[in-house]
Amino acid sequence: MVASRAQIRRAKILTWIALIIGACFAGLPVLWMIASSFKSNLEIFAYPPALIDHSFSFKAYLAVLGDPGQLRFFFNSYLVAIMVTICTVVTSILAGYSFSRYDFRFKRFLTLVIIGVQSVPPITLMIPYFGLIVWLGLYNSYTALVLTYMVFTLSYAIIMMTGYFNTLPRDLDEAVMIDGGGSFVTLWRILAPISLPGIVSVGVYTFMLAWNEFLFALTLTRTNDMRTVPIGIHLLMGQHSFEWNQMMALSVLGSLPVLILFLLFQRYFIAGMSAGSIKG
Amino acid sequence: MGAGIDMAKAQAISEIANIGWEQRKRKFLPYAYLSPTLALLAALTIVPIVTVFLYSLVDNVIINQNPPVFVGLENYEEVLTNRKFRGALSNTLYFAIVSVIVHFIIGLSFALLLNTRLIGNKTKALFRVIYILPWVFTASIIAILWRLLLNPHGVINFVLLELGFVQEKLEWLSDRDLALNAVTFINIWAGYPFYMVSFLAGLQGIPDDLYEAGRVDGGNSWQLFRFITLPQLKPIIVSLALLDFIWTIHQFTLIWMTTGGGPMRSTEVLSTYTYKAAFSSHEYSIASTLAMIILAICTFVGIFYVRNQRMTDE
Repeated sequence: MVASRAQIRRAKILTWIALIIGACFAGLPVLWMIASSFKSNLEIFAYPPALIDHSFSFKAYLAVLGDPGQLRFFFNSYLVAIMVTICTVVTSILAGYSFSRYDFRFKRFLTLVIIGVQSVPPITLMIPYFGLIVWLGLYNSYTALVLTYMVFTLSYAIIMMTGYFNTLPRDLDEAVMIDGGGSFVTLWRILAPISLPGIVSVGVYTFMLAWNEFLFALTLTRTNDMRTVPIGIHLLMGQHSFEWNQMMALSVLGSLPVLILFLLFQRYFIAGMSAGSIKG
Repeated sequence: MGAGIDMAKAQAISEIANIGWEQRKRKFLPYAYLSPTLALLAALTIVPIVTVFLYSLVDNVIINQNPPVFVGLENYEEVLTNRKFRGALSNTLYFAIVSVIVHFIIGLSFALLLNTRLIGNKTKALFRVIYILPWVFTASIIAILWRLLLNPHGVINFVLLELGFVQEKLEWLSDRDLALNAVTFINIWAGYPFYMVSFLAGLQGIPDDLYEAGRVDGGNSWQLFRFITLPQLKPIIVSLALLDFIWTIHQFTLIWMTTGGGPMRSTEVLSTYTYKAAFSSHEYSIASTLAMIILAICTFVGIFYVRNQRMTDE
């Protein structure tokens, strides 16, 4: 069955139409967000709407970047997300090594527990966390956020890391062991360095989750100097009349770190995801 | 001589002891590597779940002057017979089931589009980035963006009016009859890229010879899709649908920041209902009971997910 040239041409045209409809669905809302961040607040709901109008300026961005309170949201988000990423990567390398290279009594059970943690709803943990974190004296602290975020970043990170280690041949570490290296040395000198692609995808994924977290940031912090970007946007919505252009500017700025990370590492990221998790 | 034999004996004994030590170390090491994970999960998953379960069996917990009273399953009875709870449950199920189905359709369609041989690789890479875009935005940003787009004076109403699809400006997020569908649509927009990315990886894993064989047997493209692509993707589909169902039942931020569960509880889902019970009405026992019910639903679905998922190659 060989398709004729006309048939291929028609299929091509249909594909292009579908591609463009899809791109509108996915991309136009984002384009509108960016466009609105350059408008004045008066022109946000102008009739008829225009992508770019006479009020085009960087004023909304300057307002966000000139406000120490809002810059603080960014500082907090970066600090918490980076801490969570470092802790999650180290912990998941250790756990992944254990799952990938050792056989032990409770392995199967612990594997199930770690996969199962992914289905524990944050809202279930929220009420006891509140009491627990206050009791530990960690209420309104970075430590509280880092620890609670890790519950949700860790299980997926361990699954991805285990999956990655499983793709590396065992002969490699056994050779080092015979040469007298302990298992710990093997892990950090040999396995970890060659697992860099896996580690990068775990790191990017963790950073994204931590950067985006909302519920615990909302309930476990109290003062504005501890708030993260998602909560900052929430607060901006509650305050004074809606400053749409500023909220859009804050949204664009708040999405840039994840977008840049994603664009830089998408190859690793997608490969890591398919290797680690969704493998029936 | 005697000393030499003793030496050899001692060495042998120490070697045996050493092997014993090595074996013990080998038994103990995997747990040592897992210890940070286990400590964290015990402290921040198991203890809290036990705590919330105990809260749900008791009245007067947290912020309350009166001593706690054990009430058994009374809180569950109170919740399960409550009309507000049933409303929230049915909204949650509608929200989750429609989201999962449409996520699957859009995710698979986009993945197939991006996997076609009819267009060049560079074009595909560009469209792939555009299609993934919704994924890089956090739920609170997605919420605020769609509140702008769906505003009665917003751009979506303008386009629909110009095209003649609607006769008047619609109050998407504050009309009782529209709000639940509107938030479901927003969740669909936000969530399909996860499916798309997973399906893309899955499609690339299907060997070409399967399609070759199918074509030789005279299969048309629909048959190739129906009898090769879908069965090959089945494990991925099941995993994704179950995980997405659980995640959608969790969804709090998106609804909290678009409608807050309103108007007139028309978009109230279990998570917003629980949050309000805890932090607005300070009924911590009721909130804990709700939290346990959500956990039960997610665990039920989670069991199927875990059974479908094999982490280590056993």
